[in-house]
Amino acid sequence: MEYIPNTANDQKEMLNTIGVSSVEELFSNIPPDLRLKRDLNIPDELSEFELLKYVSTLGGMNAHTGEYVPFLGGGAYDHFIPSVVPHIVSRSEFYTAYTPYQAEMSQGVLQTIYEYQTMICELTGMEVSNASMYDGASAMAEAALMAARITKRDEIVISSAINPRYRKVLNTYLFGIKLPVKTIEWNNGITDIERLSRAISDKTAVVVIQYPNFFGCVEDIKTIIELAHRSGALAVIVTDPIALGLLKSPGELGADIVVGEGQPLGIPLNYGGPYLGFFATKMEQVRKMPGRIVGATVDAEGKSGYCLTFQTREQHIKRERATSNICTNEALVALTATVYMAAMGKQGLRDVANLCVQKTAYAKQRIGELKGYSIPFTSPVFKEFVVKTPVSPKKIQEKLISEKILGGLDLGAYYPELENHLLFCVTEKRTREEIDRLIAVLRK
Amino acid sequence: MSEQLIFKKGAPGRKAYSLPALDVPEVELQGLLPKELIKDTPLNLPEVSEIELIRHFTNLSRLNYGVDLGFYPLGSCTMKYNPKVNEEAAKTPGLMNAHPLQPEQLSQGALRMMYELEGFLKEIGGVDRVSLQPVAGAHGELTGLLVIRAYHEAHGNPRHKVIIPDSAHGTNPASAALVGYEAVVIKSSKEGLVDVEELKKVLDTETAAVMLTNPNTLGLFEKDIAEISRLAHDAGAFMYMDGANLNALLGIVRPGDMGFDVVHFNLHKTFSTPHGGGGPGAGPIGVSEKLTPFIPVPTVEKDGDRYYLDYNRPKSVGSVHAFYGNFGVLVRAYTYIKKMGAKGLREVSENAVLNANYIKKRLQDYYYIPNNVPCMHECVFSAKYQKAKGVHSWDIAKRLQDYGFHPPTVNFPLIVEEAIMIEPTETEPKETLDSFCDAMIAIAKEVETNPEIVKNAPHTTVVRRLDEALAVKKPNLRWKK
Repeated sequence: MEYIPNTANDQKEMLNTIGVSSVEELFSNIPPDLRLKRDLNIPDELSEFELLKYVSTLGGMNAHTGEYVPFLGGGAYDHFIPSVVPHIVSRSEFYTAYTPYQAEMSQGVLQTIYEYQTMICELTGMEVSNASMYDGASAMAEAALMAARITKRDEIVISSAINPRYRKVLNTYLFGIKLPVKTIEWNNGITDIERLSRAISDKTAVVVIQYPNFFGCVEDIKTIIELAHRSGALAVIVTDPIALGLLKSPGELGADIVVGEGQPLGIPLNYGGPYLGFFATKMEQVRKMPGRIVGATVDAEGKSGYCLTFQTREQHIKRERATSNICTNEALVALTATVYMAAMGKQGLRDVANLCVQKTAYAKQRIGELKGYSIPFTSPVFKEFVVKTPVSPKKIQEKLISEKILGGLDLGAYYPELENHLLFCVTEKRTREEIDRLIAVLRK
Repeated sequence: MSEQLIFKKGAPGRKAYSLPALDVPEVELQGLLPKELIKDTPLNLPEVSEIELIRHFTNLSRLNYGVDLGFYPLGSCTMKYNPKVNEEAAKTPGLMNAHPLQPEQLSQGALRMMYELEGFLKEIGGVDRVSLQPVAGAHGELTGLLVIRAYHEAHGNPRHKVIIPDSAHGTNPASAALVGYEAVVIKSSKEGLVDVEELKKVLDTETAAVMLTNPNTLGLFEKDIAEISRLAHDAGAFMYMDGANLNALLGIVRPGDMGFDVVHFNLHKTFSTPHGGGGPGAGPIGVSEKLTPFIPVPTVEKDGDRYYLDYNRPKSVGSVHAFYGNFGVLVRAYTYIKKMGAKGLREVSENAVLNANYIKKRLQDYYYIPNNVPCMHECVFSAKYQKAKGVHSWDIAKRLQDYGFHPPTVNFPLIVEEAIMIEPTETEPKETLDSFCDAMIAIAKEVETNPEIVKNAPHTTVVRRLDEALAVKKPNLRWKK
């Protein structure tokens, strides 16, 4: 076995040193009646060549973005990944390291996380970011919990225009501690402000809004944040980092906690994970924040360096009184996003966002002109939009698949009131020719 | 050697990207987005050329230590070698570039892989079903305890406490709290095991679960596990196994056979997926039959030759991830299990345990061992002798860096004074174990002759000991111009 260096001779020498006659003797503390008395029912080992061939066969059974043209979003996006990104992330000094508890040997990871925190703060307009959460959904759930801790209130008010998968994860996170959730209906593709305003009270811990929301529509978060604050509630904004290349940051508009899915920042689709939950807040709340945080400091000789900090919030110190149970997070994915943001830089992120919004506008207008199709919402959109279809979404999807096009997403599965509606997504990668092909298939 | 922040590099106008020109008619932004929400200040992100970018991150990587550079015996972390075939497999276009919401009929390869991986983990764990959704060990704990709570609620009483030994990982009580349970901590016995009498004192019909790590964090097998399981089950409580230390047990003994109702698998430990500097990991949970109806949706099911995602599970506790978990990590673990086979997996545990006992033997004359019985995959020492000279386990960890090794886990488990917890894993050659032991012995001698050199270590790393108190007193958590 190429991953186990011990030879029979090595084993013999080691057993001699230990003073036992067999490896089996080392397991003598396990009661014999508990032992597995047969081999595991797992197939025999494969050679590397056979294995790669087999995995490649599995891969061949899947559609992927090299083969199909995706107009599919809904929480996972086909953005362009510059070559520098996978190149850096595949350096094993980064990917074979553990959490940087031993700072002196982990300055590389620590500094990249410090740079990541800085970039997330810049993007979200917030003062402090943690080192990452599992994904956008769990980041949103943790943000709601944090808001409840800060306000010492328990009611969570959330827009129904938030990704339904995120809301499901929130409900699951709340299953044990039973915080009540009020869900606010949408109107014209955005949160119904009238209803929201009526729902917020002095019991409300937090108002959670997505910007742009699940339908791609840009919410008026300025007004919503003000509504929340008027009742002493916090505002959690779930956002798309690419959109923040063009949209004002939630921080600038007064948000208390900003979270989101970092996958658009150079992370492959990976059939849903690993992704990246980003999480940022105000400095005054840093001790209430979940997750790891890296800080700059100096060493014994006054030289600058980085270390994990505010660890007294965390489970390994505080145990049941920790701000979260999170331990392992998504450090390598955060590094991926850092390299992406550094590569795109000041202008690039704005350029990507502009390509998305322009191409989306083009596709939306062209589809809206098609006979039988309509655009039900007039609210402005970023890179996704809803289309009302003349026939069942399933039929349309099948037609698209036969032309090697993926999408859109059938909204009826998430919103019964949106039967015969599809959600399309257009990123900077979609060409006019591809959009025109999509239109041509829809027209058929 | 140090590397400036990327924000201090480059110059206005430099860039490291290119994008296609806009190929649709351009519309004024004000016509597309609400005017008052259009960003009117530039993003303060770097402006660097590609070579500056590459050198920056390459130089940073050189300030970092990983398993590919050398021995990394962090206890309870299972820093084994990460086979490169795993990385190649994960790059398969049909796996890496598949959209999670693409139709099932176009995702058969991904679903089949998940279905088969569940099968492997079911067999290794001796459990009824596995949910692949949790993305970390602590996330698995949260999920497993939610499933347990869902069961109890469905049976009329959620119960209110989870019993946890004082040797447990910090995530255990933190996860219990997140699920609305009180963490009741019981003292370990003199032997470092669960004290059955202590357990009996607090175990009752308000106990939702007993949460154990086996082998425990002292590297010892809980030999009374069958009785503990029986007692818990008699009280109507479930047995939860923190699977962080599963590397000792593959093909030897199965959690389900010990009476555990839930076990989480740290795929980034036992199943060789890289730790990534702190994630991504994966923490699938296996459950016994009683708990199967409550596991997260979706599950992956098979109907004839067709694989599909099943959301229609009315008793399910919900979802803990937006999609299906860390799929890319699952691919790596799947590749590993296929590569090892049943026999290979058993050899993993045999050699992991052999290596740990070898280190234990070689160091036992130099470091105090609180529980001197054969250990499993890791051995726990105490720097008690060294403390008498004013040297702490933390100092020894720092000094090891000067010898070129990543230190073991120190100051954990909490029940061992000045703990030093060493987990060599099965992937290290004997020569590496020997040179590590030589370094540990040399340090023990330094403590006798020149303790200052240990107390002030490390001396040869890119930075010296960092002022962690200052980092809290004067927080600097982001760069500012």
